[in-house]
Amino acid sequence: MEQLDLRQWEARCIEEKQPWCIAACPLHVDGRALCAKAAAQDWAGAWQVLLRTMPLTAVLGRICDAPCRDQCKRGEVGDPIAIHLLERACVSHPRPRRKPAPVPNKPKSLAVVGSGLAGLTAAGDLLRKGYQVTLYEPGAALAQGLREHYAGQVPDQAWDEELELLNKLGLKVKAEAPVDDPGILDDLLDNHDGVFLSVDVLDPEAWPLERGEDGRPVTARPVQATAREGVFAGGLAWPEGFSPVWAAAQGRWGAASLDRLMQGVAPGMSRENDGPQETRLFTSLEGVESLPMVPAGPEGYGDEAAATEAARCLQCHCLECVKVCPYLENFGAYPKKYAREIYNNQSIVMGARQANKLINSCSLCGLCEAVCPEDFAMQDLCLATRQGMVAKGKMPPSAHEFALLDMRFSLGQEFRLAKHQPGHAASAYLFYPGCQLPASAPGQVRAVYEHLCASLPGGVGLMLACCGAPAYWGGQEAMLAEALAAWKEDWQALGSPPLIMACPSCVDVFRRHLPEVEQRFLWEVLAETGAPMQAPPAGALAMHDPCTTRHDKAAQQAVRGVVGKAGVELEELKLGRELTECCGYGGLMSTANPPLAREVITRRAGQSERDYLAYCAVCRDRLASVGKRALHALDLFFPPQGEDDPAARPNPGWSQRRENRARLKAGLLRDLWGEEAPAMEAHRQVKLIIPPEVAPLLEERRILIEDIQKVIFEAEAQGDKLCHPESGHFLASYQPYKAVFWVEYTPEGEGYRVHNAYAHRMQVKGRARP
Amino acid sequence: MSMNTDNIRPGDLEWTCCKCGGKLEPAPVVVEYLGNEFTAELPRCPRCGLVLISEELALGKMAEVEQILEDK
Repeated sequence: MEQLDLRQWEARCIEEKQPWCIAACPLHVDGRALCAKAAAQDWAGAWQVLLRTMPLTAVLGRICDAPCRDQCKRGEVGDPIAIHLLERACVSHPRPRRKPAPVPNKPKSLAVVGSGLAGLTAAGDLLRKGYQVTLYEPGAALAQGLREHYAGQVPDQAWDEELELLNKLGLKVKAEAPVDDPGILDDLLDNHDGVFLSVDVLDPEAWPLERGEDGRPVTARPVQATAREGVFAGGLAWPEGFSPVWAAAQGRWGAASLDRLMQGVAPGMSRENDGPQETRLFTSLEGVESLPMVPAGPEGYGDEAAATEAARCLQCHCLECVKVCPYLENFGAYPKKYAREIYNNQSIVMGARQANKLINSCSLCGLCEAVCPEDFAMQDLCLATRQGMVAKGKMPPSAHEFALLDMRFSLGQEFRLAKHQPGHAASAYLFYPGCQLPASAPGQVRAVYEHLCASLPGGVGLMLACCGAPAYWGGQEAMLAEALAAWKEDWQALGSPPLIMACPSCVDVFRRHLPEVEQRFLWEVLAETGAPMQAPPAGALAMHDPCTTRHDKAAQQAVRGVVGKAGVELEELKLGRELTECCGYGGLMSTANPPLAREVITRRAGQSERDYLAYCAVCRDRLASVGKRALHALDLFFPPQGEDDPAARPNPGWSQRRENRARLKAGLLRDLWGEEAPAMEAHRQVKLIIPPEVAPLLEERRILIEDIQKVIFEAEAQGDKLCHPESGHFLASYQPYKAVFWVEYTPEGEGYRVHNAYAHRMQVKGRARP
Repeated sequence: MSMNTDNIRPGDLEWTCCKCGGKLEPAPVVVEYLGNEFTAELPRCPRCGLVLISEELALGKMAEVEQILEDK
């Protein structure tokens, strides 16, 4: 990812966009934060929120006209938040003491004319930036007119407080200044480096100010320039009418223009953040109860009422993706932040890559993109990053190796098969069940195949292999290309027949990478061949769509069609079809981050009390692995033999998944084609006794029966083993690939009892001999 | 990265080498992962060179170090 790409990724995530109140406020007061503090009755905190952006806080907090209320999202579900009353409630509490910030000293002198809200704001802002500011006031004292005008709302004490602050900042005041004098501007510019006119209290018509072409004294907001160079003005009523907030904002913008001018920067450059603006934030109102405004008395809100009103604030955020994705939630932030973390992870030269887990844990299911108002696709970001990591040799070997080895198994001699239907020299169709359905329910695969052979004319070939999904998900492009090439070779040798696909993941992978392959989903074919229902479920089933069918409406519909026609009542999950959730296997999440994958499937399983109906073998088995009753849709039509209650069938586990595939191939070869399966390797003959307490340990540690057989076979052949004099146990290790496996065992009868097994990846150099 | 001490529990030295019947003894052993080599004190058969990596070490400190090296 280049920096430009990062910016594009970041720009797409809108979580950090302003809520509507901040965007609409000319001063960008953080109404959301204010509400949060007020709801908690944290009045000092609320004050701090206002002090960040609101000038003349004790005054403006009482007379704010809240132009943001028109935009308040709460207004769509009840009344908009009474933010002006909350501000008032806040500034009725004593102002928190805080250390005055150190003020830089700038050797420039500026004049402010008139002590209106604009002029006082400009004066305060310029003083805080370190300028020497002189306020020219036509009256005897500052803000006299405003004091009188707002007498009912703003106590004298609030005015005194604010003016005292300006005084402390070093404001010089020239009272009873002859501001109507025709030569005043020339005089001011002779004595100062720039001028700001508070035209909310001066009469702009009477003022001896040159006009712009449109006849107005001020050219445009937010620059607030006048026709005279070095002179800025603010405080005019805009078409919306006079507004204290707008007047103060114009003072702030004018001060910013003066500051730029003093620093030799064009006042009009990059001012797009000044003033109200649109926001791209999205906030869902789904499930939000409509609530009216808390009524206020003539004195506004008391603390309790203010807190209640503030608690109505929706605290606008987007987080649409985080709300539905345990993975995004798990890493504590949201896609914009993740994009930055991923970028940093890639750019790192020395030190720890802290985002590897983040990159490798995504299930690549695409739900985030489906719910994102701006289509942020975390899966694209993670997959591209994984591909980059693999290419640079920076992919942690442990992240995906287990799944990639399983893929290699499916592509190897123990499972791989490509044959025409017995008695046929050509195939009109080719049944391709994928690797995980045979791993889960080998008998079912055989039954489906026999049904297809009996129902379809012209010969139905059979292919057993792997589509390369683990390599695709793991970012292993070379490995994927190799797997697809091998697959294609077998397919072409059979005459490139159209496929009948049982696995939605294979469908997805082939559509992406082998678009030339004609494929039909098994359920579309079953709709035509009419497989009769053999095992009706006890009640309605909750439909779980696999994430690989997210954009495949036809597949979703095909299954529902066949199952529905057989009379099964289906309950749709809230997150179904194009919003369906991954089972935690997709994207190799379960290999890279097993605890998270478990949380994902546990949450999914909890969405309905009913038995689930899946049509991906892995989804079904993963639901079963957390104790959820779940059926594969094929269980209804081709019930697994010897299962009274297929929904209660446990997840077969890693070793059994391999065993099932190998046995399926051997059985089919023998029974259908009259061929012998390739001889098992010698170590596979080692007989094991695995006590029930050890089996789950092997599953959790992802140690296969075959790994144990290899260790014991080698240890017994070479004699390289340790023994424990007390227990009589042997302990031996072997490294069949990158991992080193240790097994503690004792011989028993013709086999070996396994007491424990564990693995590590670090190698001992020169282990066997000194 | 400290893999060099505290890797041996008393129970580890109860194992004997099946080949020579000798007891395991603590010895400096070179271990390697992803091109990074360390020397660690591990139980080893002085005669045959068999080294024991205990379950506790494999799933504990060794796993931690592997993770750190993978993320480097």
